[in-house]
Amino acid sequence: MRHLLSISDLTKVQAISILDTATELARVSDGAVKKLPTLRGRTIVNLFAEDSTRTRISFEAAAKRLSADVINFSAKGSSLSKGESLKDTALTLQAMGADAVVIRHSASGAPQRLADSDWMTGSVINAGDGTHEHPSQALLDAFTIRKHCAKGRVDLDGIRVAIVGDILHSRVARSNVLLLNLLGARVTLVAPPTLLPVGVESWPVKISYDLDKVIGNVDVVMMLRVQQERMNDLFFPNTREYSRYFGLNADRLKLMSHDSIVMHPGPMNRGLEITAEVADSARSVIVEQVANGVSVRMAILYVLLAGGPLESGGK
Amino acid sequence: MGKEIYMSLALSAPDITRALTRISHEILEANTASDQIVLLGVPTRGAHLAVRIAASMASIAGHAIPVGMLDITMHRDDLRMRAPRPIMPTSIPSCGIEGRDLILIDDVLFSGRTIRAALDALGEIGRPHTVQLAVLVDRGHRELPIRADFVGKNLPTSITQSVKVHLSEVDGIDEVSIEES
Repeated sequence: MRHLLSISDLTKVQAISILDTATELARVSDGAVKKLPTLRGRTIVNLFAEDSTRTRISFEAAAKRLSADVINFSAKGSSLSKGESLKDTALTLQAMGADAVVIRHSASGAPQRLADSDWMTGSVINAGDGTHEHPSQALLDAFTIRKHCAKGRVDLDGIRVAIVGDILHSRVARSNVLLLNLLGARVTLVAPPTLLPVGVESWPVKISYDLDKVIGNVDVVMMLRVQQERMNDLFFPNTREYSRYFGLNADRLKLMSHDSIVMHPGPMNRGLEITAEVADSARSVIVEQVANGVSVRMAILYVLLAGGPLESGGK
Repeated sequence: MGKEIYMSLALSAPDITRALTRISHEILEANTASDQIVLLGVPTRGAHLAVRIAASMASIAGHAIPVGMLDITMHRDDLRMRAPRPIMPTSIPSCGIEGRDLILIDDVLFSGRTIRAALDALGEIGRPHTVQLAVLVDRGHRELPIRADFVGKNLPTSITQSVKVHLSEVDGIDEVSIEES
């Protein structure tokens, strides 16, 4: 495996292997010495052409815990804001000797373009492209679900997950549907019809427009952020109505089964899709998702970068 | 044209049992404070050998010997020369390794690079009083200044041969063989 562009590139065995590797690497984050020498001398560039807090810091922490050198490169304060093309940026990174590029871009397919071109020789890791995919987020979500709900199993067979909210603009939802389905979970999408993408009928999911009917019968409720910055149209009458029908509040939390969990990829609109009370409740694993993100991204960097081109030999 | 493989048996199941029993006695002989001993095996087969040696030592010493396993993958110096290796679990006994007499256990001692990586990995966990090395087979061809304190069997080999250790826990049979292609 050289690039991580989409969950659809992964087999079930590969996905489980990344989760297992992350489980072992989580130990490093708990230990006194939070560093391994594995990627010493490798250079990883964080190319963030779109705003991000969690994902950029998480990839940076992951790379540093494996002793790689990290160069952060964001649109603001670089030549990207002067209109430099992706090609010229890539050629610059190649000239600087980047072994891997972690790219976030507002255009769907930008990481694919970078990987398919001969502009650079390093690995490309998709850290979110437009409304397409966000594979590392899906892997950390699966890791978190496996830890809480899988009862020691390696996959997510039979676990019921509801993904609620702005599916239309969500790359997190797309990657999660693919990965959860690959690992055997049963996914229900809950959203107003205006926030479901065209062609959603062909996805391997159930669809509901009524959160109250779904919420009592799932193990995981994953709330999505209402992406107002991508909304150039009227998708619902007003935010108060959206909160009433699709927001997660204390009353709905009472309908959930006692061992179910609440997730959110962040950043949250507190008071819109989730109330502060629920976000800070004992059911919420939102902060844990961030911690797990570092372990999962270490595993991704390890799998893509640690090995060499030669095949293994005997003892 | 297929490759022809020649195999010869180096250690049978009773040979392995005898060697492990002898190593158990030797470890206890060399470490008089038997309550300070901690065994750590290198996965996969070293970890199984560690469990067997711990059981054998416990029956001799009359008390349980703490045993765990130590994965050294992230500390290897040859990671970039091979396809990515899966990471194996690490489990350190609850007593820890601080100030203990620590015995590292592996199946085959060859270049010595695995043991160098293990010493680096140990440094992240704690500072044992001593670190000693026990191996089932020493096949020579060291590339680093490392030697074993306890050896089950010295097997002189040529560099083109490969030593295969099979243990009943993973392979269903106990035997050590030398193969050449």
